[in-house]
Amino acid sequence: MTNGDLKIKLPEILPSITFEEGGQWLNINIEPKEWLLFAKNLRNNPDLDFDYLFCLTCVDWRTHLTMVYHLESTQYRHTIVVKSKLDRNKPEIESVSQIWRTTDFHEREVYELFGVNFLNHPDLRLLILPDGWEGKFPLRKDFEDPVNMIKL
Amino acid sequence: MYRETQIVDDNSTASPDVEGDLVINVGPQHPATHGVLHLVITLNGETIKKLDPHLGYIHRSIEKMCESLSFRQFIYVTSKMDYLSSHINNHGCALCVEKGLQIEVPPRAQVIRVLMDELTRLASHQLWWGAMAMDVGALTPFFLAFREREMINDIMEESCGTRLTMNYMVPGGVMDDVHPNFQKRVNEFIKHFKNKIDEYDELVTGNVIFQNRTKNVGYISKEDAISYGMTGPSARGSGVQCDIRKLYPYEVYDKLQFDEIIEAEGDSFARYIVRMKEMRQSLSIVEQLIDNIPAGEFQAKTKAVLKLPKGEFYSRVETARGEFGVYIVSEGGTTPYRIKFRSPGFSNLSALDHMARGGKIGDLVAIMGTLDLVIPDIDR
Repeated sequence: MTNGDLKIKLPEILPSITFEEGGQWLNINIEPKEWLLFAKNLRNNPDLDFDYLFCLTCVDWRTHLTMVYHLESTQYRHTIVVKSKLDRNKPEIESVSQIWRTTDFHEREVYELFGVNFLNHPDLRLLILPDGWEGKFPLRKDFEDPVNMIKL
Repeated sequence: MYRETQIVDDNSTASPDVEGDLVINVGPQHPATHGVLHLVITLNGETIKKLDPHLGYIHRSIEKMCESLSFRQFIYVTSKMDYLSSHINNHGCALCVEKGLQIEVPPRAQVIRVLMDELTRLASHQLWWGAMAMDVGALTPFFLAFREREMINDIMEESCGTRLTMNYMVPGGVMDDVHPNFQKRVNEFIKHFKNKIDEYDELVTGNVIFQNRTKNVGYISKEDAISYGMTGPSARGSGVQCDIRKLYPYEVYDKLQFDEIIEAEGDSFARYIVRMKEMRQSLSIVEQLIDNIPAGEFQAKTKAVLKLPKGEFYSRVETARGEFGVYIVSEGGTTPYRIKFRSPGFSNLSALDHMARGGKIGDLVAIMGTLDLVIPDIDR
């Protein structure tokens, strides 16, 4: 599907989404509460068939966090970027590890580096950082470590 | 954290003839993990019940580091991630910066880049072949592989200055022109390696013991491979069409004659075959290009200080291990606001539990060997 087709098709599934202009691919903004349902549709709708999640990450905008999901369909080769704004003090979003298995590791990575709580994740614990690291989130912009971080 | 080897009494899951589950640690210092990877494996007898990778022994937080480096500087850090594909890592980052600044790369630089990429891929696959054969008990291939790899390293050293972490690609082209001997030495290498690759096949591929160790081991279906985000030769062994060089060609890949190798079996042997055939394809790409390097500039003229416009940029390249993605969020300044590296090894490793579960502990190295894990690429 082309971006134009997707722009017509996707609001049929969830009317509350908004599109963001510019960028390489079609950018979609979504409320965190609606993400799980929308994700299931993206994966299971035969016309969309987004079966390959190739990048999952988070961006700290100082006022809020943004989850960024890059999705592609290996059958139709269309790509979209889904973004969801999270509250910085209590970041929570539904886990999609049952839909795309790769997100199991990626969500654990974002959990420890940004402190995003993935609801209903089967095994949410530290992956890269050593035990006892909880409470400090290295990739947030206000993280300070006078010992291990060299300011350039 | 290191866990003591222990016997777990769990009557609910143990079969009647087995007394309990055994939890063992493989790594972080273990010859078969090729680096500091730590696997906590729960065994029932000889059968793997659960495999839990513990990462982070070589985590340097490269993404955080890049946030304080300029758009020229951050490329140098990335060659320390996947040190066996350092050219291709640099290439992905350079492409992303060029995309943001809309820099046109001169034809000579494009061809040099592709040549270096393919030589890197060859060197990486050679090392993998030697290490993989060593994992399953054959020591000779390791020395043979290093003999040929040494020739590539020498070529790299002459043109790029270093043998492993090259930092040769810069936004706009390559850092310097290739050495005058480059063409001659690459041609020598092609001639030499063409016979040797047949020797590789003769020595290992057709070996009955090797085939028995790798066939029907570590099976993963096409759907699962996609769901786990597997890419590169590991996914192509399961029939997934995922070669970025074919799907989204960059530089001169769309003008070259080469095949995307796909095997449908999905076991360790299929993944092995994909890499062996890929070596021949890479050699053919090098052969097509080496006598046709166009004359001209090796670097486009760029400003001394690069400022990416506000926005988000994503570039994808095919490393020796799979799809490498660079996601840059720019605020219009001289340093990236946020960088994410989508490393192929991270996703490939996440499928290891699925592939090893239900198999025998003795087969684990045969599965891990064909995943071709490079640990700094996973930890970043």
